[in-house]
Amino acid sequence: MADLRSTIAGIRSPNPFWLASAPPTDKLTNVVRAFQAGWGGVVWKTLGEDPPVVNVSSRYGAHLDNERKLIGLNNIELISDRPLEVNLQEIIQVKRDWPDRAMVVSLMARIEEEAWAGLARRIAATGAVDGLELNLGCPHGMCERGMGSAIGQVPDMVEQVTRWVKNATNLPVIVKLTPNITNILWSAEAAKRGGADAVSLINTVNSIVAVDLDAMAPTPVVDGKGSHGGYCGPAVKPIALNMVAEIARNPDTAGLPVSGIGGVTNWRDAAEFLALGATNVQVCTAAMTFGFKIVEDMINGLSNWMDDKGYANLDQLSGRAVRNVVNWNDLNMNFSTKAVIDPALCIDCGRCHIVCEDTSHQAIRIDQGDNRRIFTVVNEECVGCNLCSHVCPVPDCITMQPEENGLPYMTWPEDPRNPMRAAAAE
Amino acid sequence: MTLNADIPASPYADLTPPLTAVQALAESNRCLFCYDAACVRACPTGIDIPSFIRSIATGNLKGAATTILSENIMGGTCARVCPTETLCEQACVRNTAEERPVAIGRLQRHATDALFARKGPHPFARAASTGKRVAVVGAGPAGLSCAHRLATLGHEVMVYEAKPKSGGLNEYGLAPYKMADDFAQREVAFILEVGGITVEHGRRLGGDLSLEALRAEFDAVFLGVGLGGNNRLNIPGEERDGVENATAFIERVRQATPDAPVAVGRSVVVIGGGNTAVDAAIQAKRLGAEDVTLVYRRGRGQMGATAWEQELAQTNGVVLKTFAAPVAIDATGITLERTQLEDGKLVMTGERYSLPADMVLKAVGQTLAREALDGLALSGGKIVVDDDLRTSLDGVYAGGDCVASGEDLTVQSVQDGKRAALAIHRHLTA
Repeated sequence: MADLRSTIAGIRSPNPFWLASAPPTDKLTNVVRAFQAGWGGVVWKTLGEDPPVVNVSSRYGAHLDNERKLIGLNNIELISDRPLEVNLQEIIQVKRDWPDRAMVVSLMARIEEEAWAGLARRIAATGAVDGLELNLGCPHGMCERGMGSAIGQVPDMVEQVTRWVKNATNLPVIVKLTPNITNILWSAEAAKRGGADAVSLINTVNSIVAVDLDAMAPTPVVDGKGSHGGYCGPAVKPIALNMVAEIARNPDTAGLPVSGIGGVTNWRDAAEFLALGATNVQVCTAAMTFGFKIVEDMINGLSNWMDDKGYANLDQLSGRAVRNVVNWNDLNMNFSTKAVIDPALCIDCGRCHIVCEDTSHQAIRIDQGDNRRIFTVVNEECVGCNLCSHVCPVPDCITMQPEENGLPYMTWPEDPRNPMRAAAAE
Repeated sequence: MTLNADIPASPYADLTPPLTAVQALAESNRCLFCYDAACVRACPTGIDIPSFIRSIATGNLKGAATTILSENIMGGTCARVCPTETLCEQACVRNTAEERPVAIGRLQRHATDALFARKGPHPFARAASTGKRVAVVGAGPAGLSCAHRLATLGHEVMVYEAKPKSGGLNEYGLAPYKMADDFAQREVAFILEVGGITVEHGRRLGGDLSLEALRAEFDAVFLGVGLGGNNRLNIPGEERDGVENATAFIERVRQATPDAPVAVGRSVVVIGGGNTAVDAAIQAKRLGAEDVTLVYRRGRGQMGATAWEQELAQTNGVVLKTFAAPVAIDATGITLERTQLEDGKLVMTGERYSLPADMVLKAVGQTLAREALDGLALSGGKIVVDDDLRTSLDGVYAGGDCVASGEDLTVQSVQDGKRAALAIHRHLTA
């Protein structure tokens, strides 16, 4: 059995699956249910200074696929709308009852040192908290009050706030980054300069998730109007993976612990974040879609897969794919792969043919066989784009098989077809 | 009539219920949107099945129904009665990996039912009038399909129907559990909404109509007269009370009202192996018969009814007795003789046994009523037509069960009517 115990920024948890700061971690009842289900830790929903905020009615919009599977969720909910003291007392009680689980508390304040430092000290004074997470990413509502992403989008402010909080308490500080920026490295580097013990990312993506075509308003509709909100769930995972990898492979931020967030729905997603350098993961939408029980398969799925692959613990897995994330200019121009269609698995739907024919390289030929069509890749036309293998409904029916061509690894800067190289040589 | 607790609340209710919205969503998303899809090639009317199913999945039910009806104006009936297990669903590529095709027939019903429920304007417009007039004999699937297509192409159509209602076998020949809630008449009303079609009932070829007069009066004539006659068993006792053609039985059941259902025997024997035999047997059971036995002289593999229909009969309490040929009917029941196949040839074994029966329904095939078809070339008991469904008489076309265009199925009749209309249109506008 692989050892799933996790430590990030000195914060220990029995497994790397935390619930992110969000509605599921808003109060004792939910968090206790989460711990009973097996979650390794929580980031308590963002606390602010009293008086607490007031939320609107109707808060979530959904991006559903054709089968009503939720692939993205959008929210316009603000931070915790309960008094600070109520939250702190509950945090104390939960930590007392569940001492082995990670208890991290998210916080947010005005861009004033005393606001951040005071809030951090009050939270630390509970003695029940393992770490703090700075909410510098909320892209709706709070940013209109100069908080959330309004801070996270300005690297200097990220650095400043991080330093204020670091100086205020001895607790580890995780800085949660917003993806609503041009370059995630600027924020991550700023957090590191400010003394962050770790960063967590991504916060939600600014979005209008859908338009209600009857109300003619964005969803969720609040009395005929809607606002932009924060988008999360499986659909944002690719954005998050890239940003995590950018931080992991950037020399200035390499080694800065990362808590991976963004569409983690199952153990495989978690393994991908870990492979790209994350130390643990945080989950929200999957829990809000299926309930807390999903953590069971996350834990034993990751454990079983690690056993199969020979990873004894998370350290052996974390960052394993980072060295293989390179710039386009470092890819091998001499590599060639071709699609191969297994006629024994083919069910004769023809989708590989029509997508290649209509939208790509006209590289899949149809021959009439006995009672069925035979689809064959025309190697001379196939550029190895993978499209056919992605649209094929049968697993492993279309595989990509690299060609042995005996050519050396040659990047674009080395490629004689590169006009810039030719110019440089002159 | 024997009543028992297993009789359905209404013997006329749907045997296969419509899909719920949730079921339709899940099922429509199983469609792979195949390229040059096998299901389309397997549909006699060539409905663009992947397109209509995709429209269901996107919530475009009106578009889905219009896609269906543009190739098959009786898509609603075909959704209910087509042997999809041997047509579109047999070809579905989902069979290959999962052994469960997309439920194309039930999705088709979902879409067409939704269109009918909208009560919006008719989805098809008529082209400018051509000034041509076409007579259609028979308001069954072939005739109405032909009439509707001709009307959309701008022709005026006069439909002559011998029976009091339109719809042909949809109205008189299919089990009520397939055509619940008066669907045949609702569909006829929908088809006539297009305009340009007049239907006169009680007008029979050979009665007050003659082919000669129709040819003189109209620019073209389409015959969709179906098969009016029934084969006989030619065994002693066939004329006894309680012995009836299955088609006549179904017609009586269809025309009865729910408050006065048709009485059935305690022990019913149905002779035959086709879909009419299965319809009659299941319907007899649903009307309260204690025992229903379907007797067929060959094996299950040779039955005209599909394997799915056979299973439907069995799950509805019908006993299938194969390799049994009827030899006599008397006051107590029916005498059968065991048969066997020798080199594909059916031979009697001489071994006889009896089944008690107080009702015997004959479903051993139908025949073309030849009266009033003078001058038309016939072959194999059907009207001879060419690839354009032209008969041997100039300007006279024919389609449906009265020609040998394919299997005797509603969907084939609709296709015949459509193709004949297109051929007539080409002929009249050449």
